[in-house]
Amino acid sequence: MDSELLVRLILLLPLAGALFSGVLPLFLPQLRTSEGLIGTVSTAAVALPFAFAVYLFATFSGDPIITSYFTWMAAGDLSIDFAYRIDELSLIMLLVVTGVGSVIHLYSTGYMHGDSGFWRFFAYLNLFIFAMLNLILANNLPVLFLGWEGVGLCSYLLIGFWYTDLSNSAAANKAFIVNRVGDFAFLLAMFFLFREVGALDFGTLLAEGPGIDTTVLGFIVLLIFIGATGKSAQLPLFVWLPDAMAGPTPVSALIHAATMVTSGLYLLARLSPMVLEVPHIMVIIGIVGAITALMAATIAITQNDIKKVLAYSTVSQLGFMFMAAGVGAFFVAIFHVVTHAFFKGCLFLCSGSVIHSMEHVEHDLEAKGHNMAGFDPQDMRTMGGLKDYMPSTRWTYLISTLAIAGIPLLAGFFSKDEILFKSFELGYSGAFYGYVVWGIAVVTALLTAFYMLRSYMLTFEGEPRWPDADTVHPHESPASMTIPLWILAGLSIVGGYIGLPAVIQGGDLNWIHHFLGEPYGGPVHEMKDLAKVPLALKWGLVGFGSLIAIVGAYIGYRAYRPGQAMAYDTALQNRLGGLYTFWDAKYHIDDFYNEVIVDGLLDTSKKVLQPMDATLIDGVVNGVAALSQSVSNGVSRIQTGLIQNYALMLVLGVVLVLGLIMVGA
Amino acid sequence: MEVALDWYLALSAVMFTIGVFGVLLKRNAIVILMCVELMLNSANVALVGFSQSLADPTGQILVFFSIAVAAAEAAIGLAIVIAIFRKKRTVNINDIHLFKH
Amino acid sequence: MDLSGAFTAMWADLPAIFSMLIVGAAGLVVILMEAFQNRDPRIPWLTAGAFGLAMGWEAFQLGTAPDTAFFEQLRTGGYAAYINLLILGAGLFTTLVSPPYLRRLNRNFGEVYALLLFATVGMIMLGTSNTLISVFVGLETMSVCLYIMAGLLREDEGGIESGFKYFVLGAFSTGFLLYGIALMYGTTGTMHLPEMAGAFPDGVPLLFWAGVGLVIVGFGFKVSAAPFHMWTPDVYQGAPTTLTGYMSTASKASAFAALILILFFALPSAQASLVLAVLALITMAVGNVMALRQANVKRMLAYSSIAHAGYMFVALASGTTAGYSGALFYLLVYTVMNLGAFGVLALLEWDGMAGRKQTLSSLAGMGLERPVLGASMAVFMFSLIGFPPFGGFIGKYYIFAPAVSAGLTWLVIIGLLFSAMSGYYYLRVIYVLYMQTAADVAEADRAPEGGFAQPAWLSTAAVALCAVLLLVLGVAFSGVVDVTEMLFIQADAMAQTP
Repeated sequence: MDSELLVRLILLLPLAGALFSGVLPLFLPQLRTSEGLIGTVSTAAVALPFAFAVYLFATFSGDPIITSYFTWMAAGDLSIDFAYRIDELSLIMLLVVTGVGSVIHLYSTGYMHGDSGFWRFFAYLNLFIFAMLNLILANNLPVLFLGWEGVGLCSYLLIGFWYTDLSNSAAANKAFIVNRVGDFAFLLAMFFLFREVGALDFGTLLAEGPGIDTTVLGFIVLLIFIGATGKSAQLPLFVWLPDAMAGPTPVSALIHAATMVTSGLYLLARLSPMVLEVPHIMVIIGIVGAITALMAATIAITQNDIKKVLAYSTVSQLGFMFMAAGVGAFFVAIFHVVTHAFFKGCLFLCSGSVIHSMEHVEHDLEAKGHNMAGFDPQDMRTMGGLKDYMPSTRWTYLISTLAIAGIPLLAGFFSKDEILFKSFELGYSGAFYGYVVWGIAVVTALLTAFYMLRSYMLTFEGEPRWPDADTVHPHESPASMTIPLWILAGLSIVGGYIGLPAVIQGGDLNWIHHFLGEPYGGPVHEMKDLAKVPLALKWGLVGFGSLIAIVGAYIGYRAYRPGQAMAYDTALQNRLGGLYTFWDAKYHIDDFYNEVIVDGLLDTSKKVLQPMDATLIDGVVNGVAALSQSVSNGVSRIQTGLIQNYALMLVLGVVLVLGLIMVGA
Repeated sequence: MEVALDWYLALSAVMFTIGVFGVLLKRNAIVILMCVELMLNSANVALVGFSQSLADPTGQILVFFSIAVAAAEAAIGLAIVIAIFRKKRTVNINDIHLFKH
Repeated sequence: MDLSGAFTAMWADLPAIFSMLIVGAAGLVVILMEAFQNRDPRIPWLTAGAFGLAMGWEAFQLGTAPDTAFFEQLRTGGYAAYINLLILGAGLFTTLVSPPYLRRLNRNFGEVYALLLFATVGMIMLGTSNTLISVFVGLETMSVCLYIMAGLLREDEGGIESGFKYFVLGAFSTGFLLYGIALMYGTTGTMHLPEMAGAFPDGVPLLFWAGVGLVIVGFGFKVSAAPFHMWTPDVYQGAPTTLTGYMSTASKASAFAALILILFFALPSAQASLVLAVLALITMAVGNVMALRQANVKRMLAYSSIAHAGYMFVALASGTTAGYSGALFYLLVYTVMNLGAFGVLALLEWDGMAGRKQTLSSLAGMGLERPVLGASMAVFMFSLIGFPPFGGFIGKYYIFAPAVSAGLTWLVIIGLLFSAMSGYYYLRVIYVLYMQTAADVAEADRAPEGGFAQPAWLSTAAVALCAVLLLVLGVAFSGVVDVTEMLFIQADAMAQTP
């Protein structure tokens, strides 16, 4: 088959799907309720591209396929095409986005069943896939940026999907604004790159970019990293992601776990040759990732909302990926992106299934005359014992929990172990921060296993904690929701084998490394000339990593074992005291933003600029008046009439302009 | 007798300054209109002076236009002031501050 | 002096001002029609026809080589045609949305259209001027008409205040402009812009720069650059909304076009760059920060238009042809999105006072009530933020990129920061339109029952067309950018050959 045609179809099908379910129902109201049709078309609009992607993958020759449609902007020496690039890196991302994407679409047909905005939801979801494909397939930065902004927009629309709830639209606005900060940095980086290189397509950029003067390049990479922290929820811009959980759960799974939030990593991996030229910035990337991972993990321990636990866990896992990027192992970062998409996607979908059935419980209890005010179907404190009622959800949740915890032979184990090993290897080769990253990663891995087991135990094991639990029972979700769970759970088991660790045959069986890595002809560069870690030490590290995961999981299991309910939370609270409160308050970062920055800005605008028309001018006027007593009587009159204040401002402007133009001379 | 350019410019600068200060300091809308006219006319004086010293008539052509424009502006200005007076029974510009901040 | 030759030459030049003739003649006819029949319903159609005809003519002039007419008073050719199309297009849009709107305000006089037409004549003259004389005459023809339009609601306290403030401050700034013109003329000995740059073989006198400074002040006022902006919010708030849209776009487009001509042709060196950069900085700061706290949407859009003037000054400050052509492109985008936004406001107005009392909250939920208007407004707001794939994004790219190349990186950083900040107040509009309902709004802010009129289909279509145009400009803009660049390449060549 013609691969250019396939690329075209891969891009256009989701767009067509979005138009079908977003525009047609506007004019044909009866279509709005045809869930079967809308659901099928939308899911097919993602599943077909997945099939094409598999075909492209199977027939991929090793040479990038670049398809250019039309010239988007041409100005002077700048010419930017609407061009797309299929190479190893974009293929992997393409498979993940369309694969996990179609599974989540399928799941959503069940999850959103009966929602009045069903058609709108699928339109946004398809549109999101379209934007995401633009992001990962773009052959130049401007097209990538188009996708980058597009996914941000869709995320905004989907977080605020249930916009009747006020807090949701506030969360949507927060996500949007925080992301703008990152976008601004990205845009600046683009300007500078264009100034230095004179082109923005990846071919030229990757060939000439690494040759840019190191100081400038460091600045550019730093800006790109800031852009990535916005989209991928790293310090200090991670605050939007937990709030973004206000959106429907499939959205959290698709956008805020599997795809969009990893685009920052994708960007860094894409530009890896440039990043590797500036080791001092890589230190920043690694350390920021490590601190984010640790902080988010500690916050996750204190959360009671099942989706919030997963949200902070996502921030933490993204931190792991940035650690990998920071130690120069970009292919490992992408490896973790892949496995994380599997197990975190699964976890989120499971939580959706749980929330779904807890909502039914709430409904049933209400019908029995219970006062349900204050009941939260997402609160793990009122769950417990769900394993008897929801076997599929329970088993898949358990599998992916063990996978993310890093229990040996599951997907998360391989990718996390590789991150630990790569950072240790860097430290072993003499870059001390490698050890620092490794140390933090070990602690975070322990915490991860602990809080994930906590969430599993509180949700599925023990006794039910909702009122009237003897008569009111939750139900397992329909097959349209459980089948996706099993698919993703299966992938969480086997997904790790694409990257077998270095202890096995010296890493020769690490397929993803061979596929992506630059030493083997791939597009993703990596740190070179590393010291050889002795085989025994490698085995030791693998063993240590496994041990950490198992110990963490065991502590989690013991602490929240059946019968204990929430008791250990209180114990932990007592033992940690202020520290626990500090974690629970999310390190006050949100408060800082709200009180210092947002309020500060509004205050400035209110206090300083509101009276500007009057006070500031008065101040200046009084200053002038002091110069000459004779004028002062007249000038003081200016304070009373607004038009004359304006005129005075104009005159001051004249003085300013004349002064400046003379300075120029 | 030939008047040197400097004198024209000095006169026009003085007129201009008086006009600016008048606009800034006077309260009566009509007087402010007169001060604006003074500013325009000071520029006319400068233009005529330049035109004479350059022996080039284009400056004076512009002066004709500017006189016509000043007349049109005065007509509209007075109409607006009358409308204000009808509405508010005052032409004190300190009383006109509905919009602010 | 043999005048017959001069008349022949002027006769031959008449096609060069075809648009002005058509539009001006239509203005005269409108006055006559109004004299015979009050509020003749054919007047808006005649006006629209004149604008449309003139636009058709100008569209054919886009590709023509630059030249001058009337003894080098006016520029003709591509540059002029581009600016004229912008101005005439804004006029056409205003004519299409105004009649039902003004009828509701009981102000649908024929004279309004005559003023619109005459103001347009002035704008065309200003935007295509090649000498300081035509700059002055064009600017004043335009301003005098706008003063009246701003004060159209003379029975309303706000309306008359709007006209009065605009007039007093406008006339005041004209004084500075005229004095600046006098100084530029006196030091160079010519009114012709292209001759000025070469007038100083041995050093530029300070007095010339003072003149340039005063001219920049005069234009700074017209395009509402801070600190000459203070009239803008007050005037916009009290003026009839469709006419506000016209004032905020066409008059700025024409003033910017003339300012660019002056900067490009008349200045012997890049000395004005610092002034323009500082003005850009102050303007962006004032516009964006003040817009944050506005409850009235018209006032917010007024500050927003100030902020956008600031962005355009960034391009002018770069002092390169890339910067100027970027500014020209941005003018187009800016015109489309602002016309549209003011158009939507006009159609959602219910207070009978040109919206001066309406808070943003009073529009709660209207996005779903009026889907086309709501969606268009969302497009305008996203485009004003500078969000791809709308024209606003590309426009910002073309004004910021040349500034980076010209070494004004600090200014671009600040500009991008401010435009990121602007997301806050633009998004608030979308938020209120879509995510709130009247029930969320305080009683005092709510529209009365049935307060929102059903918009005329033609007005709605015109607004929607603006939104579509923004999307087109955001995706397939290279043609337009080619045009704006070509204009300067041609103009450059012309400046080289005296």
